[in-house]
Amino acid sequence: MSQLVYLKDVTTLQFNPKKCIGCGLCAVVCPHAVVSMNGKKAHIVDRDACMECGACAQNCPTQAITVSAGVGCAAAVINSMLGRDSSSCCCVIEPKTSQAASAKCNENSKKAGCC
Amino acid sequence: MHYSVEPGLYAVGSPDGGSPVLVTANYKLSFDKLRQAISGRDAWVLVLETKGINVWCAAGKGTFGTTELVERIESCRLAEVISHRRIIIPQLGAPGVSAHRVKKLSGFEVVYGPIKARDLPAFLDAGCKATSEMRLKTFPVGERIVLIPVELVAALKSLALILPILFLVAGLVGPGSFWNNASNYGIRAILGVSTAVFAGAILSPLLLPWLPGRAFSCKGLSMGLLATLVFVGLGKFAAASLAGKLEVLSWFFMIPAVSAYLAMNFTGASTYTSLSGVKKEMRLALPLEIATGTVGLGLWVASLFMA
Repeated sequence: MSQLVYLKDVTTLQFNPKKCIGCGLCAVVCPHAVVSMNGKKAHIVDRDACMECGACAQNCPTQAITVSAGVGCAAAVINSMLGRDSSSCCCVIEPKTSQAASAKCNENSKKAGCC
Repeated sequence: MHYSVEPGLYAVGSPDGGSPVLVTANYKLSFDKLRQAISGRDAWVLVLETKGINVWCAAGKGTFGTTELVERIESCRLAEVISHRRIIIPQLGAPGVSAHRVKKLSGFEVVYGPIKARDLPAFLDAGCKATSEMRLKTFPVGERIVLIPVELVAALKSLALILPILFLVAGLVGPGSFWNNASNYGIRAILGVSTAVFAGAILSPLLLPWLPGRAFSCKGLSMGLLATLVFVGLGKFAAASLAGKLEVLSWFFMIPAVSAYLAMNFTGASTYTSLSGVKKEMRLALPLEIATGTVGLGLWVASLFMA
């Protein structure tokens, strides 16, 4: 069965073959077979199938593969536009880099008990 | 309402120092599915604190992540319980876990297991090797059906506010007595909005792979237009009068707009949409949905005044 594929040419997925050490973990963790191993290097075979989950980048020891990770959820985008945080609803886009924000998210999602 | 289990190290069967260690979230359903999948085997199950949220969602939030994993390995004294240094993480936990950092921080080697717990026996028997099918996240009709009630409940919350308003407006603005109007135009409005919800929150998720376009709002729009045709065809509209024509026209705006919006909201439940894609879709779709819905509502109120 062919995969369901979302919009074309939108993913922030980037691959730098020079940095790739060929560990193959990106190809293992990708849930949509976007990356595959071509001998000693990874290569992107189905770019448009990328859902930006961030698994590949998280597990790349040399940052050869990078992606701006996020959750593809319209409700989350609307919530963040309305300035809601995760205490009022389940899906909110939190800035991942901010430690304080993610700590707040954890505490609040417990209260909301959702997802 | 909490469906969580206590984080920590659990034994399934009679595991010893050489038994595999399977890591999961403290969402009760995740934990139970894992236990069921490996029943009859001896294994350790390491449950992380994810606030009762499943592995994939928690990995996206970072609660199922490197820090929690490394701390849990330490607090459970895993190194003293087992003789090997290998832990099996569900593949969908990978967005939160960084295998090389776990190795560096705890000395444990992360092996990514299959996506579904039910593939674990085959994975373990193959010497911790997953087939390419085990590594692919699909979105079959069964999974989509399960998610429909979630979408419906969210939609019904807004409907609880919108439907009484439409009913009142129909009763007050229409040509006859309040109850006459309400039972005529008001009931029809409630049926119209329900048709839109049916198209956007039930039909669109159900028929997702077969609907035209890649954007979810596009899929919802096509279902909405189809539903409008059925609604208009079956409804008892006074199609001879101008007011009746306007009322019919108003539903050609309102139902597709609401259906497209609801289908767009299904992106969050789906297993393959990216944030970049959703943002791109919404830049165009959201203003259009709001504008079309507003025009439709205006036409509908106008038709009441003219009736």
